[in-house]
Amino acid sequence: MAHARRQPRNLGRILLTIFAGLVFAFLMLPLLVVFPISVSSASYLQFPPPGFSWQWYQRYLEDPVWIEATIRSFKVAILCTVLSMGLGVPLSFALVRSRLRGMRIADRLVAAPIIVPNIIISIAIYSLFAKLQLIGVWYGIAVAHTILALPFVVILVSAGLRTFDEAQEQAAMGLGASWPVAVWRITLPQLRPSLISAAFLAFVTSFDELVIAMFLSGASMTLPKKMFDNIMLEIDPTIAAVSVLQIFLACICLGVATLFGRGVVPGTAGR
Amino acid sequence: MSSATADRRRADPARARERMLVMLALPALLLLGVIFIWPLLRLLSMSVADGTLDQFEKAALDDLYVMVLYESMEIAVLVTVICLALAYPVAAWLAQAGRTGFILGMFFLLLPFWTSILVRTYAWMVLLGRNGVINRTLRDWGWIEFPLPLLHNLTGVLIGIVHVMLPYMVIPIYAALLRIDPDLRRAAEGLGAPAWRAFLRVTLPLSLPGVFAGCALVFVITLGFFITPALLGGGQVMMIAMLIEQQVREFLDWNFAAALATVLLAATLVIYAALAKLTGGQGHGAR
Repeated sequence: MAHARRQPRNLGRILLTIFAGLVFAFLMLPLLVVFPISVSSASYLQFPPPGFSWQWYQRYLEDPVWIEATIRSFKVAILCTVLSMGLGVPLSFALVRSRLRGMRIADRLVAAPIIVPNIIISIAIYSLFAKLQLIGVWYGIAVAHTILALPFVVILVSAGLRTFDEAQEQAAMGLGASWPVAVWRITLPQLRPSLISAAFLAFVTSFDELVIAMFLSGASMTLPKKMFDNIMLEIDPTIAAVSVLQIFLACICLGVATLFGRGVVPGTAGR
Repeated sequence: MSSATADRRRADPARARERMLVMLALPALLLLGVIFIWPLLRLLSMSVADGTLDQFEKAALDDLYVMVLYESMEIAVLVTVICLALAYPVAAWLAQAGRTGFILGMFFLLLPFWTSILVRTYAWMVLLGRNGVINRTLRDWGWIEFPLPLLHNLTGVLIGIVHVMLPYMVIPIYAALLRIDPDLRRAAEGLGAPAWRAFLRVTLPLSLPGVFAGCALVFVITLGFFITPALLGGGQVMMIAMLIEQQVREFLDWNFAAALATVLLAATLVIYAALAKLTGGQGHGAR
């Protein structure tokens, strides 16, 4: 990679930097704008805020509906993470190592939920779950979210697994370890960066998901559903406070995945 | 006979291994079958539940539905073109940036990606509204007299979707640019080509697989967008996903919703397959 090489700065390069800077500003602008609004003293949307106040954070913390929705979203996202890791990691081993032709079809099948529109997945599962009376059940949402999180887990873990030298595993087995022990003690520790990234991406995928939750949550709302209703019905700055908290959560997840994980930031391996 | 037995015995460890790998894949594939494939097929079959193609005829003959389909395609094309125009320079900048610049750039790119779509959509409503941050600021500076119509129309929807889809375009292009041997461009420049020609004749063609992969992803995901147009369009913009939701929630017309879903899914798969083919088969899983 030739990134560190310093070439003489020419006009094209300066223009490119300015352009990229403007696009980055466009990307960050909506994230930054909610900060001043969340600490506004005005009771409706006013910019710039007339004064400072923590009242919207207080309103969020004191409203049982907001808190219940938040707790429910955490429960759903944690179960979804456990399910998609528990199913996705073994699946990745099969997809990377098996020579069966069926596995190539399985590979496409797992990736399909990225392409198939969420609304179609949502109403398809909604129609099935309505029949099974699984509407309004939190773990039903988690199971449905697993379908969306699974491709990310499989892509990240497979990428990690492809760079792992299987001879190490065979060496452990040659020394008397059973295959599960060899995987547990030799392979998985080396995959840890990929596993961390995959787990956090699965968590965020479920925690932020709205369309499936809209159909499946019934009266027991998840956080995104509560936010959606709040935007539709009464835009008050409580949602700005919730947004700031969510941006911090995203920062933490991204930070952990970047520092301890691998694959989330493409191309960093060689840096 | 005996050699066949020996063959089988020799093949046994490999077969045992394959069997174990299949066992590992089975739970996940079972879940996909029960919660994804089966409900999907069930839904699609509802479109022809009455034994006729009436539901598709309804979708094809009514101007309203054709308009919605057309508008969805139009939005998907516009978003793809805008994303490409914004993403290529950013990807090129990232590919040549130093370490600090790269880390900062990736942070700006990925933090929005990891932030809830609802947070971002809400923020755009705050920014783009009649009395929103942008209009207020421009008026305070005296640049405009009347608020610009930025929200509850196509402009607002495009801004919102482009913001969501931009990382999906930048990353495949960036990955393609990284794969290009920098010596190729240096050779072109060494042979006397000016920088712009070296870019047009060497870098650009070699980065096309990434461009097509990004375009395929952005176009297809945009086609099925629901939350952003529903909130930023303010009822002025109708995309096919919103139409499907409306048929299910308001009219409980499952058969018609299923027909619309079939059309959307077919369009999605055909367009994705066509664009992925242009990447030379690298589109799938190449991210």
